[in-house]
Amino acid sequence: MLRPVLVFSSAVVLCFATAATVSAQATSQPEQVVAIDKAIEQNWADYEIRPSGIVDDGKWCRRVYLDIIGRIPSLEELNAFLGSRDRNKRQALVQTLLYDDRYTEEYARNWSTIWANVLIGRSGGTDRRSLTNRDGMLKYLRDSFALNKPYNQMVYELVAAEGSTKPGTENFNGAVNFLADKVNDEKGVLATSSVSRVFLGQQVQCTQCHNHPFNQWKQQKFWEFNAFFRQTRALRRYVDGTRDIDHVELVNEDTAGEGGDPEDAMIFYELRNGLTKVAYPVFIDGQEISHSGFVSDSNRREELAKLMMGNEFMDKMFVNRMWAHFLGYGFTKPVDDLGPHNPASHPELLEYLGQQVRKHSYDPKQLIEWITMSKPYQLSAQMTTANEIDDPTMGEMPKFSHFYLRQMQAEELYQSLVTATGAGAYGSYEKQEQERRKWLSQFVVAFGTDEGDEATTFNGSIPQALMMFNGDLIKKATATSKGSFLGDIASDDDRLRAKLDNVFLTGVARRPTRMEQTMASKLLAARGGDEAAMLQDIWWALLNSNEFIMQH
Amino acid sequence: MSRRHFVKHLAGASAMAGTAALMGNSIQAQAEEMRKNQKSAILLWMGGGPSTIDIWDLKPGAATGGEFRPISTTGDMQICEHMPLTAKQMHHLSIVRSMSTREADHNRGRYYMHTGFVPNPNIEHPGYGSVIAHELFSQREDLAIPPFVSIGGASTGPGFLGMAWAPFSVTSNGRIRNLEMKLEEKRLLQRMAALDVIETGFINRTRGSAASEHQKVLKKTLDLMTSEQMEAFRVEKEPEEMKEMYGTNGFGQGCLLARRLVEAGVPFIEVDLGGWDNHGGIFPTLADTKLPQLDKAMGALTADLEQRGLLENTAIIWMGEFGRTPRINAGAGRDHWARSWSCVVGGAGIKGGLAVGATSSDGMAVETEPFSAEDLMATVCKGLGISLETTYTSKNGRPMKIAAGGKLIRELIA
Repeated sequence: MLRPVLVFSSAVVLCFATAATVSAQATSQPEQVVAIDKAIEQNWADYEIRPSGIVDDGKWCRRVYLDIIGRIPSLEELNAFLGSRDRNKRQALVQTLLYDDRYTEEYARNWSTIWANVLIGRSGGTDRRSLTNRDGMLKYLRDSFALNKPYNQMVYELVAAEGSTKPGTENFNGAVNFLADKVNDEKGVLATSSVSRVFLGQQVQCTQCHNHPFNQWKQQKFWEFNAFFRQTRALRRYVDGTRDIDHVELVNEDTAGEGGDPEDAMIFYELRNGLTKVAYPVFIDGQEISHSGFVSDSNRREELAKLMMGNEFMDKMFVNRMWAHFLGYGFTKPVDDLGPHNPASHPELLEYLGQQVRKHSYDPKQLIEWITMSKPYQLSAQMTTANEIDDPTMGEMPKFSHFYLRQMQAEELYQSLVTATGAGAYGSYEKQEQERRKWLSQFVVAFGTDEGDEATTFNGSIPQALMMFNGDLIKKATATSKGSFLGDIASDDDRLRAKLDNVFLTGVARRPTRMEQTMASKLLAARGGDEAAMLQDIWWALLNSNEFIMQH
Repeated sequence: MSRRHFVKHLAGASAMAGTAALMGNSIQAQAEEMRKNQKSAILLWMGGGPSTIDIWDLKPGAATGGEFRPISTTGDMQICEHMPLTAKQMHHLSIVRSMSTREADHNRGRYYMHTGFVPNPNIEHPGYGSVIAHELFSQREDLAIPPFVSIGGASTGPGFLGMAWAPFSVTSNGRIRNLEMKLEEKRLLQRMAALDVIETGFINRTRGSAASEHQKVLKKTLDLMTSEQMEAFRVEKEPEEMKEMYGTNGFGQGCLLARRLVEAGVPFIEVDLGGWDNHGGIFPTLADTKLPQLDKAMGALTADLEQRGLLENTAIIWMGEFGRTPRINAGAGRDHWARSWSCVVGGAGIKGGLAVGATSSDGMAVETEPFSAEDLMATVCKGLGISLETTYTSKNGRPMKIAAGGKLIRELIA
């Protein structure tokens, strides 16, 4: 007969074993940070709310590691930060993660992961019959982020790219993987809706067959945007003697349009009443280009990319996506819908940051610095009575008066466990990447449409919980064998209390509370004094806690 | 210690105490007991937008009519020649031919058809799977299987009802990853208690609802890990001829799994068949692959439920996000079309054998009273004995009527 180990009530008042430290704010801030703070604070004043306190250093360190390089800090990294006496250590850490060579590879991997999911989805290029080559996409993105390529250049390349999808082929150009599976079927309809949504925040997909019921996009505009893609083709190259696609060449070819005249390459579309109308390439701001379908006269995709470069929506979309990544909510919801029907929470700030990004040559790292040094990013996730009305899950506009709790992404969990515990980190880069991809694929479910829509089950539902309880990855992460994370901690000469601290610091960037320490002693007794086994129980419980899986 | 014993302890051992699973003497006896008055619903979801003008509402002789011929059925209507097995079951199923909706984009259409609401950035509406599971769950407190199972694809989420009502996604072979507990029970119990201490502290410190949601999900996860009811997912245990009858493809096996889950008392099951987004070359795709797969599984499922006495308590819903254009495009395909299309319903308290509503001779317009997703779902709720007065309150305090206040399709209610 088993007795419950512990019974407790939620009314217990918690005491912290150690007072959390908060490092002082840096004194001189870039003007952009000052401007962000001013705009956000004004909004607090307007709504008569007061922000939560500044988050302690441990949690902030964990937060910024997760957001910039996609994993939690290791114990050594966390201790180095906590032990630093530098008054500007938060700024210094951001600088290190962005500019220190030691982190270049992880920075590039994190942002290429994020962008691959935006551009081709989690399942893009994972299917044998896919026209997209995931490795090619990732290689292009990794190189771009490792070089800190200006954002506008990356957009230009992704929209205008020609070449082969597969690394190692003669014309390899990884950027083509974004459009490779979006141009042929349905006359480039997918290219139209993806390019406009991802880079310009214009949701046009519903205007393919009718005028939008509640935004300014009209069917005519959809097909005018679509006309830019009519020279583009994805040519399949097969493995010799088989029907397996080896790779795809994305090329531009002269087009005669649907009227049969390359000098005047028009396309047709149908209104709901059956009438046929004509469209030529016209950009969203009304700028037209030549009607010629000859690539030598007018390379339509290049023209489109050039027109995009001058458009303020591109700037705002970049800012909005980045802001949402760091703060959990963008200035609009959804993040990629910037139409007038969808007002932003801080329109002037979005406008201003867009202009600043343009002024500073679209340097992604610069923007990351501004956001991570701003006041809202320093705040605790603990709501107070003075700001609990600031709850975007209630449909309120976000006011960023406290940090919004959100769950880690599957990719972040994987990377965190690899770094914190060495789980899954063995073999060549290719082998590790294969392992990671296989593991990630268990959470992707498809909707069965031609557009490749998908959802993730790594969303706090049961499949995720089952994996965290019983999965191989967790088994590896909680191993106590020699050379493992727990094995090393357990075999240290430290006192047990220090060992316990280390496990908590690694997992949740804080030391255990008194209740947690009491629980640990009980577990130690239950494990017959075996420290490693007790630490294993605690570590497993920590990994399965909300506090671990949340970004806060 | 027996599983049952263990589960009881677990319930007592932590603050996550819920109802302990009460195991019957055998799964069979339990199933018998459950069957008496328990309602379930199976949604056959046709991802991509199926061409209903080629399946349920043919227009022979019209320019828009396409290549297929109609055949007679056991109900009061004709359907496509490539659906012979389902034709023999149509006295159990009814076609609503006057569906008329406004969302012709996949994502928006999927959201709308699954929730009865158009997407709104300020509120996440729960999908019907979560809603119906939520309403019918009270009839079976001892169910350890998640009350909403989604087979072979993704569904729409639980919205403001919370992750405890999220679709449990499984592949059509019913294999569930990481189900096996790799730890002795006593130790798992102690770990859970430790987890509870950490979790409770976190909830107190952050004052957020996410963490308490997490506790509910963990509780459900433990329940299913330790429940013999999960046997229902072992579709491979079915006799070979049964597997053959449903079709050995993913959708066929998914429908067979759905029947097993109904027997186990799961209130809502969604089975996905994607690949209906036929913008080009539609006729060979339908005739050679899609329709044979659909016909076999749908025909087998209806017949099998009926034969086991389950159909009177199980609603079947067949729908996609929209239909396809009557006009055949230049690539011999059909595009997205929501203005006039068909859905199919039957089982539970829904009348079979009827074709409700009608479209024009070319299929371009609805000529009778148009019906919406809300109307269809109100009718299904009624057939399942769920009160249409049921009201939810969203997080921001908005009242939300079940089935979005849709009106009943009168002809279908006995």
